[in-house]
Amino acid sequence: MPWPRSSNLSANPNRDDAMSKIEFPLITRHFGSIDPESLEAYVAAGGYEALKRALTEMTPEAVLAEVEGSGLRGRSGGGFPAGRKWRVLREAPGEKKYLIGNGSEGDPGAFTNQTLMEQDPHAVIEGLIIGAYATGASQGYIYVGHEYPLAAQRLRLAASQAKAKGFLGDRILGTDFSFDLTVRRGAGAYVCGEETALMNFIEGNIGEPRNRPPYPFQRGLWGQPTIINNVETWANVPVIITKGAEWFARIGTEKSKGTKVFTLTGDVKNTLMVEVPMGTTLRQLIYDLGGGIKGDLEFKGLITSGPAGAVLPKELLDLKVDFESFQAAGGNMGSGSLVVMDQHTCMVDVAKYFLQFSHEESCGKCTPCREGTKQMLDILTAITNGEGREEHLPMLEDLAAVMSGASICGLGQSAPNPLLSTLKHFRAEYEAHILEKKCPALVCRPLLKYTIDPETCTGCLACLRECQVEAITGEFEEPQEIDHELCVKCGMCYAVCKFEAVKVES
Amino acid sequence: MIDQEKFEEILSRYAGAPEDLIEILHELQEEYHYLPKEELQAVAQRLNVPLTQVYSVATFYKGFSLEPRGLHHVRFCQGTTCHLHGSQRLQEGVVRRLGIGPDQTTPDGQLSLERVKCVGKCGAAPVLAVDQDYFGEVGVDALAKILKPFRKPK
Repeated sequence: MPWPRSSNLSANPNRDDAMSKIEFPLITRHFGSIDPESLEAYVAAGGYEALKRALTEMTPEAVLAEVEGSGLRGRSGGGFPAGRKWRVLREAPGEKKYLIGNGSEGDPGAFTNQTLMEQDPHAVIEGLIIGAYATGASQGYIYVGHEYPLAAQRLRLAASQAKAKGFLGDRILGTDFSFDLTVRRGAGAYVCGEETALMNFIEGNIGEPRNRPPYPFQRGLWGQPTIINNVETWANVPVIITKGAEWFARIGTEKSKGTKVFTLTGDVKNTLMVEVPMGTTLRQLIYDLGGGIKGDLEFKGLITSGPAGAVLPKELLDLKVDFESFQAAGGNMGSGSLVVMDQHTCMVDVAKYFLQFSHEESCGKCTPCREGTKQMLDILTAITNGEGREEHLPMLEDLAAVMSGASICGLGQSAPNPLLSTLKHFRAEYEAHILEKKCPALVCRPLLKYTIDPETCTGCLACLRECQVEAITGEFEEPQEIDHELCVKCGMCYAVCKFEAVKVES
Repeated sequence: MIDQEKFEEILSRYAGAPEDLIEILHELQEEYHYLPKEELQAVAQRLNVPLTQVYSVATFYKGFSLEPRGLHHVRFCQGTTCHLHGSQRLQEGVVRRLGIGPDQTTPDGQLSLERVKCVGKCGAAPVLAVDQDYFGEVGVDALAKILKPFRKPK
């Protein structure tokens, strides 16, 4: 499938003059313009020039200084400065050191890493090789999410091509520097996107996270010093070496440098993948690039970064895309998945959806996450079933505090984020479910009532055939009727009615 | 019975270290569409890892199955956009038509159902996939037509 993307970034009217002089895009620059299965195409587009430059003109220390000076921060969540991580690894004692490229990307609605690995695998690999040179690592791994077989296939092909040309393997480009790389396919566990769980995966174990300390840079893969960065972070490295730290640091905001790739999905006119400089506002993303809300309905909220992220209301549309702003809003930039929601979305249902996700994906190792997600899900299910009680809301907040404070990894710590942010910005909606037993957005099934308008119904029997509990009765070409005792409110009749004769209310 | 030739061919591609376990399980899963018990025992022996660990890995990850799966895989996308656009209703429609739930296989071994987190085709939500064919903006009324070709035995 061709990926949806905006190629016309210069159309952004709010770029200042300094910005307009910078060549965009950085990470997505090769997408669609070079054959991702051809090393020659990558080299012809300037690929592996950064590696040559690093190895022949720069010391490892100089490369490290360049990455530190660029202000590059980890693209997968916390936004930890990449250069600082690299330096710690470089200075860590130990013969064998490891690098990992994290291409797990399990968030629903995120496909930036997938597209990067599929469309420009050599850029990720070149970044890792340069990183190895700067840090003294001798072995690298790239972890590719289970859902992305093509990405794994192309990365493997790219690695073998790079090896054949002397960019990877023993004595790279004739120097004393050697580095090998292995691509590992995930087996289907969201938690493996967490760095220590990922290390357990690579060692051939189940993907349960480890307690910290010791941190991976102290004891990582097989007990050796290890650092892990997202594949998008690695793909930034060749750009920094080619263009220089100073050039790179001019893009973005004071504390968040460079660009970020986002996937914009949901109730937006243009579903797209887009790379923007840090500091772009959400409004620009949704309205200038995404074309606004589908069907010109009203914007209700934006989910950032899936099950670990926050739901932002329209008051926060002018939020700038950078690490600090996202954290202040109660989430993180993470995978760059942005899901736009219109007025037909129930925020309690959204929170329940993400808790269901986190509950299913919790590995079960630590109690706060394993039991906390279950309890939260049970309470939210009760609320959406019309069995919510007023004391449920403070209970949810208490649970959230325990989970964020006591879970051993990011999954459990951030699982309450969608709940907390919806509770903060859309509390009235929770209260409507609990106090009035109504779902204002007409989503939560037990709170709905379906009826058939006898004036509009043509008696085509489409609804009758679809009703699984035989709650609909009536003769052919006569108005149908719903038996509310039998109705399970699945909404199938509503979905199949071509004449809009089925009405729903709460 | 283990197909020795096939088994040896798969193992010959690896050094035989414990860390190769997951990759080998991937290959077995692709070959047989599930992980046969005897092969798992043989893998444990050859990699010198306890069978309990092989079992825990085989059951921890969703990509592995200890039960044979159907010839064709129906996957419902559970991504956020699909959820907002009625994936649950779609799933119920499929379950009702096939008479099997998620992670189950039809008695004739033709179709199995799977819920997946996100297939990355959010622009076409809700999405249903049968093997490598993706169907976008699927309404319940379109299901019969989509599923029909896959229900006939080859």
